[in-house]
Amino acid sequence: MDRVDTVLLPELDGPVPATLPRALGLLSLALGVGALAAPRSLARLTGVDDSPAAQAVIPAVGARELVHAVGLLAGRRPAGWAWTRVAGDALDLTLLGRAMADRRGERRRRLALTTAAIAGIAALDTAVAATAGRARRARARVIRMEIAVTVNRSPAEAYRFWRDMENLPKFMAHLESVRADDLRRSHWVARGPAGRHVEWDAEIIDDQPNRSITWRSLPGTRVANAGRVRFVPAPGDRGTEVRVRLRYAPPAGALGRAVAKLFGEEPEQQVRDDLRRFKQVLEAGEVVRSEGSPNGISVRQQAMQRPAQPLPASRR
Amino acid sequence: MKATAWMGTDSVKVIDVPDPTIMNARDAIVKISTTAICGSDLHLYHGYIPAMRKGDILGHEFMGEVVEVGPQVRNLKPGDRVVVPFPIACGHCSSCQRGLYSVCENSNPNAGIAEKVMGHSPAGIFGYSHLLGGYAGGQAEYARVPFADVGPLKVPDDIPDDQAVLLADVFPTGYMGAEMCDIRPGQVIAVWGAGPVGLLAAASARLLGAERVIVIDRFPYRLRLAEEHAGAETINYDEADVLDTLNEMTAGRGPDACIDAVGLEGHHGNAALYAYDRAKQATRTETERPFALREAILACRSGGVVSVIGAYGGVVDKFPMGAFMNRSLVMRTGQCHVQRYTRPLLERIQRGEIDPSFIVSHRLPLRDAPKGYKIFQKKQDDCTKVLLTV
Repeated sequence: MDRVDTVLLPELDGPVPATLPRALGLLSLALGVGALAAPRSLARLTGVDDSPAAQAVIPAVGARELVHAVGLLAGRRPAGWAWTRVAGDALDLTLLGRAMADRRGERRRRLALTTAAIAGIAALDTAVAATAGRARRARARVIRMEIAVTVNRSPAEAYRFWRDMENLPKFMAHLESVRADDLRRSHWVARGPAGRHVEWDAEIIDDQPNRSITWRSLPGTRVANAGRVRFVPAPGDRGTEVRVRLRYAPPAGALGRAVAKLFGEEPEQQVRDDLRRFKQVLEAGEVVRSEGSPNGISVRQQAMQRPAQPLPASRR
Repeated sequence: MKATAWMGTDSVKVIDVPDPTIMNARDAIVKISTTAICGSDLHLYHGYIPAMRKGDILGHEFMGEVVEVGPQVRNLKPGDRVVVPFPIACGHCSSCQRGLYSVCENSNPNAGIAEKVMGHSPAGIFGYSHLLGGYAGGQAEYARVPFADVGPLKVPDDIPDDQAVLLADVFPTGYMGAEMCDIRPGQVIAVWGAGPVGLLAAASARLLGAERVIVIDRFPYRLRLAEEHAGAETINYDEADVLDTLNEMTAGRGPDACIDAVGLEGHHGNAALYAYDRAKQATRTETERPFALREAILACRSGGVVSVIGAYGGVVDKFPMGAFMNRSLVMRTGQCHVQRYTRPLLERIQRGEIDPSFIVSHRLPLRDAPKGYKIFQKKQDDCTKVLLTV
């Protein structure tokens, strides 16, 4: 019933993008078949037709290319197989360098052309391998959670409040603002540590009035994230079960660490607190504050309570 | 302003702190006229309640004059004289709407900590640790009162502070303890503890029609109050075996309901048993000394009710589950849902059915709060209840 996991973030959930690795596989296949079927022609083309050793090396290189081809065309672990191509490129460039050292004239010119072509392919291989590796690691970093709270309001009231995306910062502690650009699209700004901001655009991709709202970040966002909130009538006429599923993939590097900090060491606890604040806002009218927790519910604040005394004028 | 602050185990001080201000639209600021030290404040004083911080303002029993209200408070205005219930309750969650104000689902901003200890969080309470909200208390010149449109009760001018301030906690708590006994004509109710709550539970049991009320304590001056003001018979557990005496008094049946008005810092006539729990509590392998609770369960008639209004904070040891289960007992408990009792109990006072102020033994100025804690702790000078006037 809840298909958030499979439909929301194609850049994270769909098959790992395999077009480029597959193209490299086809290139390997062509090179491998060529080297095995016509080693003499290939030797002439590359300028090593004067070497007896080349007659043995070229089919060996061809066989190796076929191994790359099988791995890349099979589509599993494209990053790993692309890196084997990079290693093969390095070997080929070494051989070419040695061959070029003792040749002159036309043969040297052909070897230079071949070296340039292999160097270009090596650069492409490296780029493909790195991209595929990043995609795989991003998937490994995805954080998912499902958290629910019961709110003593009707599903319609709870839905209405949440559907106005600009209300979200009233109970989501890490959000600074959400601006609704139109009925579907919105721009989110989250507070980061040390005054840094993390921003993204999101769109509502499924909206079932009084029942559920599903949203996701627009493709290309550095912090891919998606969520669905369902408003289910609580049994026994006790209001609404507000059930949230969230997924996000913090990027690597410094920005990723900042995003991870937004959600703290216990991301589930933070979202649970967000839902508690949602309940407070809907039931009690606003986020409840005490002298020890002047900003309301927050895991961080619970760990670092100030004494239960009125705040000094400077902190109001 | 001046406020009574917890400074560590067995240490309170009256210190200068900033004046409170409105933090939420449903807040009111109350200028306190009278506040009180509660027996449960002694649990904080002794360091048995976790999550206290040096400088926390104590006090959850207070009354006074409204001096400022937030924009959402329409039922009160500056100048109103009010008494404030100790549990902080929003009035709109499912619990509040069922009258279970002391388990309000919204009033504890530190609910996450409380859940780790108790499974779910109860309501926030004024001046009662960060586990229960981190709210500044009312043993002070002023207090901020959240949800002022729900909690505070206006008090008529002809009801003196001595009576009205007891509506913040001890009278409703004692009354709820008796009410949970489902008292029927002819019934015998036993009350462990003749502190303010136990005495008012005994008096409430009489109000609710108990045939006989038996109060158990070890301080003769408190037992005398129970006899004189609650029409109770008494047992001094330093002098008599409680179970034998109760069986004899009830011809072997046992009391129809037993009220534990002692809580986590009980004492026991048997030195060895007392030493066992005292040692476990001191080494933090048990958080409570539950003598009264154990004895109440063993004493209660089969099929009877054990009503627990004494405060507990954690886990108890050697809970007599066999007696409890095999004899079809019922346990009812809870921090008092004060908001649902303030008005009816004020009316009982107005009709002259009861004057709860018989428990008040001392009136001290706020600046003498440390002395008040000391004499209440040591039961000096026949101390039962200390009011602090501001």
